[in-house]
Amino acid sequence: MSVPVRIPTPLRKLTQNQEIVEVDGLTIRDVIVNLEKAYPGLKERICDEEDNIRRFVNVFVNDEDIRFLQDAATQLKPGDEVSIVPAIAGG
Amino acid sequence: MTTPAMDNNPLFSHLQCRECGRHYPKDAIHVCEFDFGPLEAAYDYPAIAQQISRAKIEARPQSMWRYRELLPIEGEPLVGKHTGFTPLVRADRLAERLGVKELYIKNDAANFPTLSFKDRVVAVALTRAKELGMDTVACASTGNLANAVAAHAASVGLRSYVLIPSDLEQSKILNSLVYGTNVIAIEGAYDQVNRLCSEVAGKYGWGFVNVNLRPYYAEGSKTMGFEIIEQLGWKIPQHTVICMASGSLLTKIHKAYQEFGKVGLVQETPYSIYGAQAAGCSPISTAVKNNTETVRPVSKPQTIAKSLSIGTPADGYYAIRAMKQTGGTAEDCSDEEIISAIRLLAETEGIFAETAGGVTLACAQKLIANGAIPRDESIVLCITGYGLKTQEAIAGHLGSPTVIRPNLQAFESLLETTGVTPF
Repeated sequence: MSVPVRIPTPLRKLTQNQEIVEVDGLTIRDVIVNLEKAYPGLKERICDEEDNIRRFVNVFVNDEDIRFLQDAATQLKPGDEVSIVPAIAGG
Repeated sequence: MTTPAMDNNPLFSHLQCRECGRHYPKDAIHVCEFDFGPLEAAYDYPAIAQQISRAKIEARPQSMWRYRELLPIEGEPLVGKHTGFTPLVRADRLAERLGVKELYIKNDAANFPTLSFKDRVVAVALTRAKELGMDTVACASTGNLANAVAAHAASVGLRSYVLIPSDLEQSKILNSLVYGTNVIAIEGAYDQVNRLCSEVAGKYGWGFVNVNLRPYYAEGSKTMGFEIIEQLGWKIPQHTVICMASGSLLTKIHKAYQEFGKVGLVQETPYSIYGAQAAGCSPISTAVKNNTETVRPVSKPQTIAKSLSIGTPADGYYAIRAMKQTGGTAEDCSDEEIISAIRLLAETEGIFAETAGGVTLACAQKLIANGAIPRDESIVLCITGYGLKTQEAIAGHLGSPTVIRPNLQAFESLLETTGVTPF
């Protein structure tokens, strides 16, 4: 199953400037692995040395932060959209 | 479109990733391309130490720009020339009620022009936006930032868009609309507004003050800390209590205290920084109390302190480290405690704070009562915004005026009921 993934501006150099890319995956973890296959270098930007999603990276499935779901184990279903969003300052 | 960064100010050397230390040019960028760490302004401190002095600062106009060597702009300040240098009030009547010896209120409820500390950050961000050649500025806001962006943009003829959660206080919405800005209310919480802004920011070449201009914006908060030191007679207060939304202000006051030491303006004496949150949205204070650096986001903040309702605080991690490093801690308080604290501050010091200020005082009361803050040392409470901005929150808690007929008899019989007799 493929899902659309929204790429934030700072990472678009790695996706040939594409804002949305389609990758296969049944979970967020799969999606990250497949993003790395298609766009080498992406994974180390999103995950730290222990493979955890970095502190300053927010990943959403549709409108929900995956920290409120099952983190990287969050399951995806057809029609879902994944977004990678950098943390931003207060207001 | 943005123009490439000029390099006219050698004291402000570059942007730097807080996580990995990589250097970046002084552009409209905010995160490290390698680890998403926030970018921060870096300075040439030895050069600044050579150029800056107490006498030089004291001779300048009373605004936040008297500390310009430590602010990330290239040329002259272009926006917010009268912002900052708010009163530091010795609060003896409140001190007596709290049972402490030396207490001060840093009163940004009196900041110019929109009555919150956000005027400081916006003055820096919009000066930088103009230097970068931008014609449109924007922000994600819980209200105060929107007011500041709208007002400052209007004052220099920049087009502006402010994006806010749709359930904000009426006075905060009105305080943006009046400046002729484009107010866009989002059906969702602040974190959803934030996310939308981070997606919009790259797309239109606008200067989003708390997204792509964040490294400049955030530095403006330091001026609150610089002023505290100068107004205390060039001393660092032993204890500073600061309310937290994203945690950015707290980290920047900490940075301000460190920087004044680094450039030789103040003796580097020990100090502690304390963070205050509302119990209905307390991801940072909860992490501190659980002794972890992992901030668990809050998905549905529920508190009258809407200006602090950020469930995913971007600077939470750094705020926790600042409190830990300085021997401070964090506290949180209920909505009832916020209202009582707003009244206490108003009744003892004549200062009307918005709900966030109530959070600061209510948490300070707890920190003093439980011994975290000693009673015989200097304490500064940071009040970040003016009370009329959040009047809905306390409107039902203050009673109402006594209505009488317009004659002396009515007046006297009223006073009789309260036991007051004529002279």
